[in-house]
Parts: sequence; C-alpha cells; structure tokens
Amino acid sequence: MKIKDTVENYIFVLPAVVIFSIFFIIPFVWVFQLGLFEWDGISVSKIFVGLNNFKEIFFQDVNWWRSMWNASYVTIIALTFQNILAFLLAWACDREIRMKNFYRVLFFIPPVLSEVVVGMVWRFIINHIDGANIINRTLIGIGLPQLAHNWLSDPQTALTAVSIVHCWKGFGWGFLIFLAGLQTIPRELYEAARVDGANSWQSFKKITIPLMIPVVVLVAILTVLGTMQVFVLIVSLVGGEFAGHTSVPVLRILASMRGSSRFGYACAQGITFGLVLVAISFIQYRFSKKER
Amino acid sequence: MKNALYYKSKKIFTNTLIHIFLISVAITCLYPLLWMIVSSLKTQEMIFKDISLIPRQFHFENYVLAWSQGGFGRNFINSITYTVAVVFGIVIVSSMAAYAFSRLRFPGHRVLFFMFMAAMMIPIPGSFVALYVLLNKLHLRNTPIGYILCMINVGLSTSIFLLKTFFDKMPKELEDAARIDGCSKLGIWRHVALPLAKPVLAVVVVFNALAVWNEYILALIIFDNRQFMPLQVALQTFQGEFVTNYPLLMAGLTITALPIILVYLLMQKYIIKGVTQGALVG
Repeated sequence: MKIKDTVENYIFVLPAVVIFSIFFIIPFVWVFQLGLFEWDGISVSKIFVGLNNFKEIFFQDVNWWRSMWNASYVTIIALTFQNILAFLLAWACDREIRMKNFYRVLFFIPPVLSEVVVGMVWRFIINHIDGANIINRTLIGIGLPQLAHNWLSDPQTALTAVSIVHCWKGFGWGFLIFLAGLQTIPRELYEAARVDGANSWQSFKKITIPLMIPVVVLVAILTVLGTMQVFVLIVSLVGGEFAGHTSVPVLRILASMRGSSRFGYACAQGITFGLVLVAISFIQYRFSKKER
Repeated sequence: MKNALYYKSKKIFTNTLIHIFLISVAITCLYPLLWMIVSSLKTQEMIFKDISLIPRQFHFENYVLAWSQGGFGRNFINSITYTVAVVFGIVIVSSMAAYAFSRLRFPGHRVLFFMFMAAMMIPIPGSFVALYVLLNKLHLRNTPIGYILCMINVGLSTSIFLLKTFFDKMPKELEDAARIDGCSKLGIWRHVALPLAKPVLAVVVVFNALAVWNEYILALIIFDNRQFMPLQVALQTFQGEFVTNYPLLMAGLTITALPIILVYLLMQKYIIKGVTQGALVG
C-alpha cells in the first residue's frame, strides 16, 4: 500500500521531470562539456582543447569584448533613461488622478508586442530620410535639416537608436512594478509628513525613495538581465551586427555557431556571458543589502 | 480665502502638467501601431507620399496578398497551433507537478522542487547551442513536435512556482471531503484542485501564450523550412525576400501583432496582476 502510494505520487511529477531533464538538464551539462572542445557540430570526432576556448575569449577575441561593451551601452541607457521615465510615470499615476487605468493599459502595450514587430515597425518609421520618417520631418520642419539622416545605417547613431527603441519597448515593465511598489507605501506616512510641515519634495526624498530602494534594485536587476541579452530587436532593426557596430553577445554566440561552425567556442562564450550576468545581479543584490 | 484659491489653482496646474506628460508618452506608445496598421492599407507608392494617419483609400487586398502570396496564412496557423499545444501542455504538466509538490509526499520532492526553482534563476545564454545538438540527435530538429516540447520546458518552472504558491494556500477541507467520497488522487487534482486554481491558471495561460507567440531564438535554430515556421521567424524570412514591399510587410506585422493586442486588452487584468505579483514575490 505504501509503495503503491509513493509510485502514484511520482506519476504526478513524472512528465515535468522527464521534459525538464531532457530539455534543460542535458543541454545545461552539455554546454559546459562542449565548451572544452573544438567541434564543428557535424563531424563525429570532437577535439579536446581544455580551456583554450576561454583563453581565446579572454585574450584574443576583440569582437567579443566589443559586443560586451555594446550590450553594456544599451544597458546603461536602459538603466538610466528607461527606468527614470518608468519611475516618473509610476509616480505620476500613483496620485489621485483621472484615467489612471487608461494610462496603465496603454503603457503596457509595447512590452506585450514581440521584438520582431517592434523592430520592423520602428525601422520603417526611422529608416528613411524622406517619406515616413516623422523624426526627420520634424527636424527639417524646425530648420535643422543637417541633423536629419538615416539613424540606423549611420555607425555613429545606430546603437543609440537601438537603445531608444529598446527603452520604448521596455519602460512598461518598470512602470508596472514601480507602481505596484508605490501603492504598498501607506498613505498615512505622507499625511503625517504633511502635518509636520514637509513639502512634497521633502516627503518624496524622505519617504518614497528609501521605501522604494528594494523595488528599484529589483527593476535594475531585471533590466540588466533583460537588456544584456538583447538581440532580436537588433536583428529586426539593423539587420544584424552591422560590421560590429551593433554586435551583442547573443549575436556573437549565434555567429560562432552558425557562421563559423564552432560549437565548442559558442558554448564557451555562452558560459562566460552567463557568469558575467550572474556576477552583475549578485553585486547589485549585495549592494542593496548594504544600502538598507 | 486667497490661500485656498492659491492651493486649488496650483493643484489644477500640476495635474494639467502631469496629464500632458502622461498623454505624450501614451501617444508615443500608440503612434507606431497606428502607423503600422495605416501603412498596411496603403499602396507602395502612397506609403512615402502620404504620411497622414488616414489613408484615402483602404487597400484591404494587401491582407489577402500577405495571407496567400506572402505565405503568412500558413505561418499564422503554425503560430496558433504551437501556442495552443504548448499552453495546453504546460497547464497539464505543471499543474500536476505543482499539486504533487504542494500536497503529496515522496522521497526527493524537496530536491526536485529546488531544481525547478534554480532553473528559474540561472541565465544560460548559450543553452540553445546544446539544444540544437540534442534535437539533431533525437531527430526532432525541424519538426513541430521538437519545438513544442522545448517550449513546454521553457514555461515549466515559472508555472510550477505560481501554481504551487496557490495550492499551498488552498484550504485542505475540500480535498478531504472528496477523498472520503472515494475520489482518487488524480480525480482530486482534476475535479477539485484545477477548478479552484482557475484564477492562477488564467495567469499561467496568458503569460505562456504571450511568450510562445512572441518566441524567436528557438524557432530560429529549430526550423529550416518556412512551412513549419511561426510568424516571428517567417517575418524575417519575408523581409529578406521582399525587401521593399512595405504594405505587405506591414500587413504581415499587423497579422502578427493584432491577436496579441486583443488577448492583452481582454485579459489585461490578469497580465497586470501577474507582472506585479511575480515581481514582488521575486
């Protein structure tokens, strides 16, 4: 009876465990294994090269570190511009204001769209000097025609244009989380502060900011993890790595795998990148612990 | 008196400023979408000449062309099939597992649950390389079933987490009553636990449906043939083939985006709940 019971209980988790073992654990182990080999993905024999792949990444692969820098650049813009915008919007929506729900519904439309759709539509909007490009038309209209140009095919502006579109797509997430966080702050605190003669800037600085730090750290971690791994948006906006100007780590991994058929090297790049991501979120987490 | 008037007008003034700020951001949210839909109804010549948001003539035939000639009909059906199959799979598999982790006891249940949770935290950006190799070995690459199984795995951990949290808080009395009436464990899961979990299941369904519909990287490496591709990847292929045909491309994008927007508007209560809950728990 006891054994039959246990077997029955296992049946409940069996499908989940089987799928998880095959499609998560096996690939997970293989990534670490393959990282030590030189392999083209087709031939039967793999050449064991030890840590050579990692050596190459750290000491020779200039393109890899350039892609890391590019992703960091997008991330820094997302951390500042996107999150400050999200916070301001959430703060504005937190007070007694009409149409609150209307704004909330609208602001979350970009995050539910796919990066392919967002990238292609924005590409269509900002990729032509004449015609559709409303930004260039405005620049010409206000008498600055020398500033109007093709934002995505200029190496100087391509990555920044990508970052702005990325912020457009992402600020809705931060907005919703910030708003939820702001709504957990008890109203009495603000009233008590007002009774004590604090103006709204003072109560913002002394109540809102300290109580929101955990939420800010959470949003920051999510932003970093999400933005560092950006690539679909870049493919659909710019079309690819654009001779390195818009290359990012995931695109590099894809290029190692599909372009130069170096599966082992692609795995080593994946491991390096994964460790960087874990390290960044750990540092951010510790930092927030100290602040409190 | 003067003081009260001063504060009232100051309040109206700040509120107006805030509304202007909010509305301008809201317009930037909507403008690209309107632009996409309007452009999908224009002809290729008009698309650059006429930049107003109201086209003079509505060319609905772009949609017919995109659906048949552009091949999006096939890919649309693929996307629907994958989304329905994956979401159905996730709901069954994850609710069974979550129920077991919450209610049933067996050796190793803690370790197994911890494994699923750890998978949720660890980012492994290179895993698609190994997944590609694995699917090749299993002869599941370039097949719908391979893609569906991979995507079920992707949604598993978070769904188990959400459902287990719910089952933990669910009162045990109903299950006890069912057990006394002679209901089997599977029967209790099917007839007691699942119906009670409907609000959480709605969150699980909506989030996974959005994720599958918008998924890109796995579909990119798994499918070679356009006949199996979901919309997201097919759009890239289409753009490669018909570089300059903007109205057809915009019609294809609209076909891809509209179902998601409709689902979002109908289910936004659950989506907003899911985002805020998931975030504040984590």
